[in-house]
Amino acid sequence: MKHRYLPMTEQDQSEMLDVIGISSIDELFADIPEKVRFKGEYNIRPAKAESALLKELSQLAAKNADSKQYASFLGAGVYDHFKPIIVDHVISRSEFYTAYTPYQPEISQGELQAIFEFQTMICELTGMDLANSSMYDGGTALAEAGNLAAAHTRRKKLLVSEAVHPEYIDVVKVYAKGQNIEVVTVPMTDGVTDMVKLEELLDEDTAAVMVQYPNFFGQIEDLAKVEQLTHAQKALFIVSANPLALGVLTPPGKFGADITVGDAQVFGIAEAFGGPHCGFFAVTTKLMRKVPGRLVGETTDEEGRRGYVLTLQAREQHIRRDKATSNICSNQALNALAASVAMTALGKKGVKEIATQNIVKTHYAKQAFEKAGFEVPYQGAHFNEIVVKVNGSVADANKGLLEKGLIGGFDLGRVNTNLKNHVLIAVTEQRTKEEIDALVQEMGALHA
Amino acid sequence: MHKENQPLIFEITKAGRVGYNLPELDVPEVDLSTLLPQGMQREEEAELPEVSELDIMRHYTALSNRNHGVDTGFYPLGSCTMKYNPKMNESVARFPGFANIHPLQDEASVQGALELMYDLQEHLIEITGMDEVTLQPAAGAHGEWTALMMIRAFHEANGDTQRTKVIVPDSAHGTNPASATVAGFETITVKSNEDGLVDLEDLRRVAGPDTAALMLTNPNTLGLFEETILELAEIIHGVGGKLYYDGANLNAVMSKARPGDMGFDCVHLNLHKTFTGPHGGGGPGSGPVGVKAELIPFLPSPVLVKVDDKYTFDYNRPQTIGRVKPFYGNFGINVRAYTYIRSMGPDGLKAVTEYAVLNANYMMRRLEGHFDLPYNRHCKHEFVLSGRRQKKLGVRTLDMAKRLLDFGYHPPTIYFPLNVEEGMMIEPTETESKETLDAFCDALIQIAQEVEENPEIVQNAPHTTVISRLDETKAARKPVLRYIKA
Ligand SMILES: Cc1ncc(COP(=O)(O)O)c(C=O)c1O
Repeated sequence: MKHRYLPMTEQDQSEMLDVIGISSIDELFADIPEKVRFKGEYNIRPAKAESALLKELSQLAAKNADSKQYASFLGAGVYDHFKPIIVDHVISRSEFYTAYTPYQPEISQGELQAIFEFQTMICELTGMDLANSSMYDGGTALAEAGNLAAAHTRRKKLLVSEAVHPEYIDVVKVYAKGQNIEVVTVPMTDGVTDMVKLEELLDEDTAAVMVQYPNFFGQIEDLAKVEQLTHAQKALFIVSANPLALGVLTPPGKFGADITVGDAQVFGIAEAFGGPHCGFFAVTTKLMRKVPGRLVGETTDEEGRRGYVLTLQAREQHIRRDKATSNICSNQALNALAASVAMTALGKKGVKEIATQNIVKTHYAKQAFEKAGFEVPYQGAHFNEIVVKVNGSVADANKGLLEKGLIGGFDLGRVNTNLKNHVLIAVTEQRTKEEIDALVQEMGALHA
Repeated sequence: MHKENQPLIFEITKAGRVGYNLPELDVPEVDLSTLLPQGMQREEEAELPEVSELDIMRHYTALSNRNHGVDTGFYPLGSCTMKYNPKMNESVARFPGFANIHPLQDEASVQGALELMYDLQEHLIEITGMDEVTLQPAAGAHGEWTALMMIRAFHEANGDTQRTKVIVPDSAHGTNPASATVAGFETITVKSNEDGLVDLEDLRRVAGPDTAALMLTNPNTLGLFEETILELAEIIHGVGGKLYYDGANLNAVMSKARPGDMGFDCVHLNLHKTFTGPHGGGGPGSGPVGVKAELIPFLPSPVLVKVDDKYTFDYNRPQTIGRVKPFYGNFGINVRAYTYIRSMGPDGLKAVTEYAVLNANYMMRRLEGHFDLPYNRHCKHEFVLSGRRQKKLGVRTLDMAKRLLDFGYHPPTIYFPLNVEEGMMIEPTETESKETLDAFCDALIQIAQEVEENPEIVQNAPHTTVISRLDETKAARKPVLRYIKA
């Protein structure tokens, strides 16, 4: 059998067997006990040639409604933002994508420097002292922040705002369960964390308070107040932030956050049905030696030239094994690179301009919905999402919208029984006025 | 590789340059201060770069030229399976119908994606001999921890709450004990015997009513198949523990032995190793977990099922451990793995393993006269040499690794596993030609000679890279983890 990925020839094979001193490849597998040796071949589909498989898979892909063809108003943690074309050109350079963790700094300066730049940009946006090289995603980053806080404070309770992404809360709970940490959700009022309830729930067993910024409902939390209540009980203040929103919002670091996490998918990373995205993890200096994952630091070589290395590795699993601060090994390096390129392309002015457009366009949509007679229950300040109440089933409305070339918002009834018939609408800079008008009109028509 | 230092992107920034443009705002402008509460509007701008598009492309091209990937040259990094990353995978993952779909879309509008995921699960079930697979975990370590959480839930459901210990061989990858800790278990280390395999006596001694599971990598990180696998399984199952298979090394046994047939209750796979997800400079990966029927109720929620020719997520899983990741896993990597499996077919996957193992054994035999070979028997997809002979001459394995850089190679994994002194773990993979293997062996043999005749050239290596050895102590003592404008 010949395959384009396998260079072995008959001649190679016989020469190699000679050197090994055996007569068949089978002998190399003789140590597998007869009883468990798998005989024959897997019962899977036969190999398909490149052109035929490409055709099949492109037909399969075409069965999905994608945001290149449809105007999407779906957000809830994953967004259709402008992705500068250059991002894909950079991450397609195979010196980056076919390398692994930069264990050999002399031949990995490219990756190491790119990560160092990523760490810097995350610090700039979040206002934190340092950031790691990436986490799997925003949800696991938040969960690891919770575990870090519990270990750091030696306390066993996490308070998570109900206005945090429900799937993030689910992940926090599973990670916490592993460490026997209790997770208590703090109720919300009017789409933001209820400060009275938060104050009641906070006590000397509380390891950390977690809020999202902007929160799951697009609302902007009062971080100053959360910080004050949290630190009064000496708990850690953890913020899950949308880094694009930080182009215009006061960064969590300014509010005294101890840990800021989030997902950099908003910077040039494809939605890709939910992954791979790119978690980030940023902390104050005091928590530096407890951060999970890889950190890149600056140093010099024997001739005094500047260079970059993986550093503070004594935190990590390959050194500390069962005493490590986290088990993470492979992370999301290539997507951190993608996010760096997008942050670079947008730059100082672009993040601000895009973030502003998101707020202004969402404000326009909010007014349009209200003008059309829809109720928008949460009236606080928003970033790029608003909650709209509809008269019938959101699922039905979304089916109707799809026929009109629109992907509707997230059906909040799926995660909160109090929010049946409520839809979370995301309006990014990608949505035109025409598309927003069409959405409002179609939703009105469907539920008139 | 380029020799000049590449400035940081922040050092080539110039106020007034831009690398993007956006359509004009097409809705009425509003002053942000009327939309944001006091104090919530950022005062100081984030100091991101201000550069043109060409600046960006040159910067990253220069960085890429200072980076070694599989496409640059041989990369025999043991335990990491640095095989060729097919270009077709990259194209397929970028189809808009895969790249630009949202995880919370109506299921009816993503049936193609669900079909691919389901079919990948079916393929992985056959490949591992398990009963069900979840694609949710994002990487190997994440899969390990997910499976351990399921084992914990299983024992708890049986009222077996005294099972607090997870047994891990001393040769295991660091993520194994770390995952056990994160899942709330205590790690017990079991020794390897003089053949490099799990010491059965020691295992019998540590296994007991407090054993939750044994985590085993097979072949182990020495590249050796655990021949006593059935006895091992019997010991653990005999005391009521579960058997966890670290499938990071599946490249060694595909079509030759399946974890499910060897008595394992669960397994994680690294799709970014065996199944060609590119390593990406450190990720993203994908770490699906396969389980036997008994553990199915505990799978992370939701579980993808097929009902009347439609694919749907089942959220009604009363015993689930919960969600280990938002959404459904690293779909983009799963698309690549699926494309690869469909490109290879059953005969292709079998050839992959046979050639991976043949390549490793060939290299091991070509090199055994020049280095110590602590475990002299057929290996699987990788083997471990010891540099202790060279150490006696004052040259460390680290030095030899650095010297390999001068020949244009990525060095093997070094100082791992921990049970080999001055270890050098070499994994060639099946996608490398005999010519490449020979050239690499020649280089290592030359280095062994240099150690005897001219050790300084090895001790002072590398000589040809863009930078020489870096001061890691300095990096750690006063960490500089971000750029600060002078
Ligand atoms: C044997 C083994 N187990 C587990 C892992 C962890 O996998 P990951 O890096 O995907 O988390 C690795 C690789 O890093 C490995 O080689």
